[in-house]
Amino acid sequence: MPFCRHRCDYCAFATWTDRDHVAARYLEACRVHAARLAPGLAPVTSVFVGGGTPSRVDPTPLLAVLAELPVAEGAEVTVECNPEDLDAGRAAAFAAGGVTRVSIGVQSFVAHVLDALGRRHPVEAVGPAVAAARGAGLDVNLDLIYGGTGESRADWATTLDGALALEPDHVSAYGLTVEPGTPLADDPSRHPDDDDQADKYLDASDRLEAAGYGWYEISNWARPGHRCRHNLLYWSMGDYVALGCAAHGHRDGVRYWHVRTPERYADEVEAGREPVAGSERLEPGARRLEAVQLSLRTEAGVPVAALPPADRAALVGLVEVRGDRLVLTRGGRLLANEVATRLVDPGEAA
Amino acid sequence: MDLDRLRNISIIAHIDHGKTTLSDRVLELSGIVSARDMRAQYLDSMDLERERGITIKLQSVRIPWRDHVINLIDTPGHVDFGYEVSRSLAACEGVVLLVDAAQGIEAQTLANCYLALENDLEIVACMNKIDLPAADPDRCAEEIEAVLGIPAEEVLRISAKSGEGVGDLLDAVIDRIPPPTGDADAPLRALIFDSHFDQYRGVVSSVRVMDGTMRAGAKLRFMQAGATHGAEEIGVRSPDPQPVDALGPGETGYLIAGIKDVGAAKSGETVTDTAAPADEPLAGYRDPKPMVFCGLYPIDGDEFPDLREALEKLRLNDSSFTYEPESSGALGFGFRCGFLGLLHMEIVRERLEREFDLSLIATAPSVEYRVHTTKGTVVEIDNPSEMPPMSEVDSIEEPWLTVSILTPTDYTGTLMELCQNRRGEMVKLEYLSPERVELRYRVPLAEVVTDFFDQMKSRTQGYASLDYEADGYGVSALVKVDVLLNSQPVDAFSMIVHREKAEDYGRRMCEKLKELIPRQLFDVPIQAAVGGRIIARQTVKAKRKDVLSKCYGGDITRKRKLLERQKEGKKKMKSIGRVEVPQEAFVSALRLDD
Repeated sequence: MPFCRHRCDYCAFATWTDRDHVAARYLEACRVHAARLAPGLAPVTSVFVGGGTPSRVDPTPLLAVLAELPVAEGAEVTVECNPEDLDAGRAAAFAAGGVTRVSIGVQSFVAHVLDALGRRHPVEAVGPAVAAARGAGLDVNLDLIYGGTGESRADWATTLDGALALEPDHVSAYGLTVEPGTPLADDPSRHPDDDDQADKYLDASDRLEAAGYGWYEISNWARPGHRCRHNLLYWSMGDYVALGCAAHGHRDGVRYWHVRTPERYADEVEAGREPVAGSERLEPGARRLEAVQLSLRTEAGVPVAALPPADRAALVGLVEVRGDRLVLTRGGRLLANEVATRLVDPGEAA
Repeated sequence: MDLDRLRNISIIAHIDHGKTTLSDRVLELSGIVSARDMRAQYLDSMDLERERGITIKLQSVRIPWRDHVINLIDTPGHVDFGYEVSRSLAACEGVVLLVDAAQGIEAQTLANCYLALENDLEIVACMNKIDLPAADPDRCAEEIEAVLGIPAEEVLRISAKSGEGVGDLLDAVIDRIPPPTGDADAPLRALIFDSHFDQYRGVVSSVRVMDGTMRAGAKLRFMQAGATHGAEEIGVRSPDPQPVDALGPGETGYLIAGIKDVGAAKSGETVTDTAAPADEPLAGYRDPKPMVFCGLYPIDGDEFPDLREALEKLRLNDSSFTYEPESSGALGFGFRCGFLGLLHMEIVRERLEREFDLSLIATAPSVEYRVHTTKGTVVEIDNPSEMPPMSEVDSIEEPWLTVSILTPTDYTGTLMELCQNRRGEMVKLEYLSPERVELRYRVPLAEVVTDFFDQMKSRTQGYASLDYEADGYGVSALVKVDVLLNSQPVDAFSMIVHREKAEDYGRRMCEKLKELIPRQLFDVPIQAAVGGRIIARQTVKAKRKDVLSKCYGGDITRKRKLLERQKEGKKKMKSIGRVEVPQEAFVSALRLDD
């Protein structure tokens, strides 16, 4: 849903602050597109409505898009929400429309850190938002960001404590990332420090795991039974279809992505065309390599054959053997790229 | 051709004082190049020359004026090419001294004028750019009188740009400069004062006939080289080449003799006719010796054969640089190259990159040291890695220069400081006029090749000028500084420096490398050492984080490409003591300017 009140200056997503007038037409285009795709789809096991800010638009037409899809019994349906948008009414509407889970963009529980990130919601908005979601029976994920300007280790601890106090089902903790083309990229004085982020990552890992949240991907922790199924699909080379502008899909071995603006997306759909901007199909070897690179990031790790013995020796302490798999250690998670660049195609057998 | 109607001249001028503009104007005024065909800097045919506005290779051109013929022999305008200047002067009876009326005479121009006077050449002095607001022709003329003894009132005033006074200048050349002398019936003796390689014609030499007559088709003896070649074509340039049957005494032209390598037709060579050979060659031949050395390595090791081929080709056209293969643990396979000076080094490197499409790493420039060992032997080295262990070194001699700097008096203090910082010893300080001073210092060559010229220019807003000549060898307290990466010496960063500067060099190199070497999976110590003693140290702390936080549906393709790029980058890195060093680090660390 590519519409925001305000653009956070670290954000590189396809989203706009001046196109709210397009929202109705855009949502209708999404609905028409979903209806067109539905006959070719197997029952859908998960849906993820991301942003932009999906919690800003009228829930009725948003849920109408969902209604077009052949959603399977017991599917996971997540909507990203800003804390200030999520009240009891919206939460109830979501639940009634088939939504099972909300992912709330909390980022920090420290006011000056939120400020530095360019987030405009008050810290106090988070508790009521979580309560609203709980009241409607929704699963709750909290998104956190560490490494903003002026954030101390103690600030980060405050944020972790604040999140745990609300007893979410799932926590995602992301290091602030400098994306090219953003205002943040243009201001090196605010770029995060790798060592500081490394410390904070380990803090997150310590606190979340001690509180019963199991690590299952670089930046994701969940209570038992609450891992995000949709994300697991991404990391296990599963199939998913794209809906909406700038969305990505993966089907039958092809990765494809949609046109970037909501207007062009609506134009294409209204004209009866597929709004695809580009696609790629990898050779089988490259595909297997991509599969292990993705899997490396998760608790599942990679087959032992994916890492040559010489590299295994060079990476002592970063990976450990678990059965016939190699899995990142805690320190190894932080250096996952160093490990990933050494992975090789494990071959057909794996 | 009647000798009385002939004049052979060179123009002596500092860079930017307008020599090339004057040459262009003369070509246009004499009518041999029409204004329509005129392109700026007609005689500078090499791209680099036109870009840098300087002349490197000599050209000569025949200009008709008032029933006379003036042969204008171009001279290079930089101190590295002093030997080429002396060759062109040997082919002349007179020179035009061209001085920017706003700048006054410069060090190297003065040195070349002294050279002209030593050769008994007539000097016609003129001031250029008199139409510029900053011009001060009266002061400038007085200065010329003071330093060269040419009466101020005889100094001509021109604007090469507008053409004002250029006709008068040509008149003065005919009136004041004597015609050449020579015996048409004597055995042929012709001086080669330049050779360049033309890919269609082979070597084309510029020649001045001193005695006798050179005829097309004759069998010619190259007396110093000891070889015989047929004169396939002789001719004159006006300015395009025109074949002629013969060149008589006093005449200047070109010779094509089926030679493939400029080294076989070197400047200073004497050519005679085998039918009636001369007994003695002309005097003054010498081989210019390289003074500055550096290693040139392809950034991409696969380009080594291309580099070899490029050097071979370039040497066809420039026999004054030398090269031989060498290998470096850090940089792989490359060549040790010798040059006449720093500009020469820069030009050769730039031509290799530009004309042959190569990307090169150049090591820090070095000079040739004489190392006296404790065993009593003497080793000459131009590469720090050839230095015997310090324990076996008794003493080291290094080459010295005498440098002459002409400067406005305001900058005397800062230039004295520069010379002293560079271990200079003052020889003299002399006022040329109330505003201008000549500083003369003895300075080690090694101190001059590391950005002395740039420092001098920036300290004086470009107003000071430099000339230098070799001034023998002397023992200095020199040491070799090694740079170690993870305890392993990196040969490319070794440097021979004065004992008192060792720590400074070591510290700067360690600091620079700390910025340039990416963090690795372990702490990397960077050390500088003299003998076994560590004199500076830095540490690149182990890398702790490189992971991308997010990898969802839309990030997967991007992330895969990023990993591919990182993998590619890794392949191109050099591994030194388990440390992966990107080539860019070598390029930046070896850059001189910071």
